[in-house]
Amino acid sequence: MADQRKCECGHTNPVGTVLCEFCGKPVEENGDRAFPSMRYEGMARRSQTHNKTLVDHVWNFFSSVKIAIILIVITLIAAAVGTIFPQQRYIPVPVSGESGVAAFYKDTYGMLGEIYYLLGFHKLYSSWWFVTLLVMIGMSLVICSLDRIVPLYKALSKPRVNPHLSFLKGQRLRGECEPGSDFAADETLAQAAAILKKKGYRIYREGSTLLGEKARFSRWGPYVNHIGLILFLLGVLLRGLPGMYLDEFIWVREGQTVAVPETPYYLKNVEYKTEYYREDEFPEQLDLENRLIPKNFQTDAVLYVNENADLPGAEPKLREVKSGSITVNNPFVYEDLYLYQASNQEMQLAALNFTLIDKQAGNKELGRVKLDLYEPEQEQVVAEGITVRVISYFPDFYMDESGQPATRTSQPNNPMFAVEVRSAQDGAAEKMIYVSGRIIPESEGGRYTLQIEMPDFTDITGLMVRKDKMLPLIYFGSFVVMVGLVMGFYWQHRRIWLHLEQGRLYLAGHTNKNWFGLKREAEFLVEQLALPMSLVLDSKSKNSAAENKTKEEEKPT
Amino acid sequence: MSLITISEWLLLLSFFLYVAATIVYVLAITGRRWANREPKEHEQRYGRAGFYLVVVGFLAQLGYVIARWIAGGHSPTSNMFEFMTFLSFCIILAFLIIYRIYRLTVLGVFVIPTGIIMLAYASVFPSKVTPLIPALKSYWLHIHVTTAALGEGILAVGFAAGLMYLVRTVPQERPSKSTAWLEIVLVVVLMLVGFILMVSTFANLDQKTVFQVPQFDSSGNVEKTLEVEYLLPAVVAPYQSTIITPGPMTPWFEAPAWMEGQDAARKLNTMLWSIISGLVLYGLFRLVLRKRLGAVLKPLLDDIEPDLLDEISYRAIAIGYPVFTLGALIFAMIWAAEAWGRFWGWDPKEVWALIVWLFYSAYLHLRLSRGWMGTRSAWMSVIGFVIILITLVVVNLVIAGLHSYAGV
Repeated sequence: MADQRKCECGHTNPVGTVLCEFCGKPVEENGDRAFPSMRYEGMARRSQTHNKTLVDHVWNFFSSVKIAIILIVITLIAAAVGTIFPQQRYIPVPVSGESGVAAFYKDTYGMLGEIYYLLGFHKLYSSWWFVTLLVMIGMSLVICSLDRIVPLYKALSKPRVNPHLSFLKGQRLRGECEPGSDFAADETLAQAAAILKKKGYRIYREGSTLLGEKARFSRWGPYVNHIGLILFLLGVLLRGLPGMYLDEFIWVREGQTVAVPETPYYLKNVEYKTEYYREDEFPEQLDLENRLIPKNFQTDAVLYVNENADLPGAEPKLREVKSGSITVNNPFVYEDLYLYQASNQEMQLAALNFTLIDKQAGNKELGRVKLDLYEPEQEQVVAEGITVRVISYFPDFYMDESGQPATRTSQPNNPMFAVEVRSAQDGAAEKMIYVSGRIIPESEGGRYTLQIEMPDFTDITGLMVRKDKMLPLIYFGSFVVMVGLVMGFYWQHRRIWLHLEQGRLYLAGHTNKNWFGLKREAEFLVEQLALPMSLVLDSKSKNSAAENKTKEEEKPT
Repeated sequence: MSLITISEWLLLLSFFLYVAATIVYVLAITGRRWANREPKEHEQRYGRAGFYLVVVGFLAQLGYVIARWIAGGHSPTSNMFEFMTFLSFCIILAFLIIYRIYRLTVLGVFVIPTGIIMLAYASVFPSKVTPLIPALKSYWLHIHVTTAALGEGILAVGFAAGLMYLVRTVPQERPSKSTAWLEIVLVVVLMLVGFILMVSTFANLDQKTVFQVPQFDSSGNVEKTLEVEYLLPAVVAPYQSTIITPGPMTPWFEAPAWMEGQDAARKLNTMLWSIISGLVLYGLFRLVLRKRLGAVLKPLLDDIEPDLLDEISYRAIAIGYPVFTLGALIFAMIWAAEAWGRFWGWDPKEVWALIVWLFYSAYLHLRLSRGWMGTRSAWMSVIGFVIILITLVVVNLVIAGLHSYAGV
């Protein structure tokens, strides 16, 4: 079969070549009109020529655009299915545990919801098969690009300046004429070169052939954009590695300093506030029925670094590194740590206030008692010689099954205190309980009581803690995608050949997009040269018939 | 007169100018066969008039955008009314760009009405200028939403040209599968028109029907009752509801039990009215014209080379696709990373933007590598725009998510 690869121009082509690398003549004779497709300039590709080992099979599978399209369509449909009902993370009501999740889908959406849950569609985007699909798209991107970029680079770096006549006659845009005996070939070609040059073409001359070429780089657009996508997906993939991505949440009360999880940092909430629009700030009168429109959610915070973070068991030694405010859309950034304003709980109970009363001294007010609901003081001196001691504290009080007081959570939703009032003068001690807004003394007729005052409230801010070390790579990948798209879609690779052979002048044109634009330029050229030539632009349907034919031939056997 | 009032007037003006432009464009094509006329000259003269009307309408709408931007203090892209208006603005802008390249008069007959329908659809939503909630207070609101809308606007021109290709090439001599599908596309467009007509008619009529709707807990007991207000006459009542204020008609039937959401039955009712009014409109057209709608439109395009329409549709998509990628995905990711702490979270709106992008990616691969041109390509451009509309409308109104505030 060696002779089959040798073109009549003398060039030896690798197996799988459609158009001779040197002169562009179809390697296989296939009748007069059915000129092969110009895709990839008719070069041999690995996927068309290797078909033996397992690697070849995998390569050939992923190098197929058809497979790529099938993968895209399956991903598209799967992605749509995932939006029929909310994903688990977007369930609008609080649910607890796997059974709660299952019940939510069943109760809210009926049988369909149940099936949806059982099929695992409530976590579709992190399911093994969806991730596999994305990985396969990534492989397809890599292999498709490699399979085509190498031969295309070889073809385009050596433009076929003097192609075979059948190549010229096989182009979609073409024309020919008999210019007559007084035709000055050299002069006309030089004139054509000048015109094309003015239109931004690069000129190649060889004997009685002229090639004008423009915006070759646009052919690299698809590959550049695919490389960008590969970088993007790589970034997403690497994000899964430990240490690359941190996703935590902290609640911080005003005045409180908490450790930022998985980091050596501590954060203090100096102040949290929600601002609302005032009526006079509306651009237009609105009928809000007393609803308020929030204007700003803001936490003023101080970030500390724990200098003893590396010493196990050591007390934290905090040093301030940055202070500032966190608002929605304006995260707090320190090095690679990002803090986002995500949630808030306003007007939460912070401390209970009381006045200690001496009933025996005519209800004399002895002093103030403050019971902090987060860090209650064990003992406080209220007046001279009189102390109040906390015996027990249940922030979220209830009676458990065995009838013992207990707490549901560590949040002070229903605080219950047992305190003891001691007097140093007579050594007496009196116990009393605060629960549900009432004071219950241990025994009737005691000397002291607590009078309930206005409690202290505080605002709690909810902050998202993020580190995303792959973000620069992901953004860079996106940028490369855009560069590739603009290269590929906003410019077109245009070539126009003028060729004189045996007294006839041939014109041929090729572009990867916008044939009407190319035709207009070729027409302008013919007009300027005053040639008696009419141009033909093959209809796409005819052309696609030829493409269908090559497609069948393209199938690896 | 306040800026907001000025912006409203400018928007109304642009609406009427677009309608006038459409009429002139139709006359430019149909009038070629009038007596005593040079067809080419006629088309040129009317085509130019249509183009000027569009340009003036566009400038009026640009004035609306600027006035409302200044009055509201933010780009008018923060709720459904503003977004749909802006989308129509982008469709007209895309028309102006594509028209500059191809100078095809008949493009106006199809693209301008697409813009008009979007503009009319916007009027269904509350149009008050509202101050921005904290989540939207970012310069990315201007960048992300405007770029995404522009991409979608250009893709809409791809849709219109694709539809023109189908109207031009589907043979109308006898009914076939293709004629049926084409009629279905046109009926769906009429349903959208019907929806707009119904809602804007009844918005001013005060024919509300108010229901009391029981809400059930999981064991079937009544938890609480809600009041649901229908703007349109009630064809379908909410499940087990009672009428408090009767409307112009008594409901024909009740929504099934599983349609539990507060507004589910109301949305079903509106959808039914859209379908009914679309079918009625279609029936009227058929009665008057005694032809398939495709056959009525086909003569407008008889002189146009189908390949040119195919080229325009593809070119629009090739121009719109990178803009869409930038606006609806990349800028969206950057904003999401800044506002929500993650660049991607599989929120329904994000997913649907990705679906649009994947669909057009498939379109481009099929076209460039598999030689899908002409008819198949045209159908894909039509389906692509339907997916865009699903993303813009259905996702915001039906599927709730982080973007649901846009549906207020």
